[in-house]
Amino acid sequence: MLRQASRLLSRSVTAASSKSVTARAFSTELPSTVDSTFVESWKKVAPNMDPPQTPSSFMKPRPSTASSIPTKLTVNFVLPYASELSGKEVDMVIIPATTGQMGVLPGHVPTIAELKPGIMSVHEGTDIKKYFVSSGFAFLHANSVADIIAVEAVPLENIDASQVQKGLADFTQKLASASTDLEKAEAQIGVEVHSAMNAALSG
Amino acid sequence: MASTAAVPFWRAAGMTYITYSNICANLVRNCLKEPFKAEALNREKVHFSLSKWAGGKPEKPTLRSDTPGV
Repeated sequence: MLRQASRLLSRSVTAASSKSVTARAFSTELPSTVDSTFVESWKKVAPNMDPPQTPSSFMKPRPSTASSIPTKLTVNFVLPYASELSGKEVDMVIIPATTGQMGVLPGHVPTIAELKPGIMSVHEGTDIKKYFVSSGFAFLHANSVADIIAVEAVPLENIDASQVQKGLADFTQKLASASTDLEKAEAQIGVEVHSAMNAALSG
Repeated sequence: MASTAAVPFWRAAGMTYITYSNICANLVRNCLKEPFKAEALNREKVHFSLSKWAGGKPEKPTLRSDTPGV
């Protein structure tokens, strides 16, 4: 029903104005003028009311992409309870995306990546800082800013290897004996997370 | 306009992303070394009071102080 709403609304306005509205693709610049044919026909129909605002008139223009690729990547790495890195300028970040380890350099294509349990490493000169991330998302913007959000991220030294092994054995056994779909899914998650932690500690 | 993308196994089993993400986070917290583990579990404690309503009036509230396993 709502899909028809835009068509019904534009039906009452002249055809020329609806064509110009739909022709605009995603852009970093906003149109400098409001659609004048629409405003004219509005004034004919309802001269005492202001023409309605469209969402684009409330939007701030996106930060423009620099014409040359910046030398550093700005990383914002946040957890629900702490801001781990805030506006830190680094050379490269490797994130554990569901599609594999993804290396992010300045000037990376804008991407939204879902993260899987794995290691995230932040490279600054010769320093490499590694965190084990439980899950989350990474938003890479066109202006070489990376926003990485994770639910839980710990430095590798804080993980206890024996508990990881024990957990892995537990969940592998639960997976074998699980009956319902939900139990199987939970056991599978357990196996995946513990295997990832295992690989992180040994790799 | 149905998309035919493969769904992750947890969604196929009826779990939402938030549930999946919370389970992963809990598993990681459980595998931490000692002072960090206690801190993390402490940080994630929730306390809430729940009252069911019947006939326009709240019944006796139950107080739940769950540690995160839920």
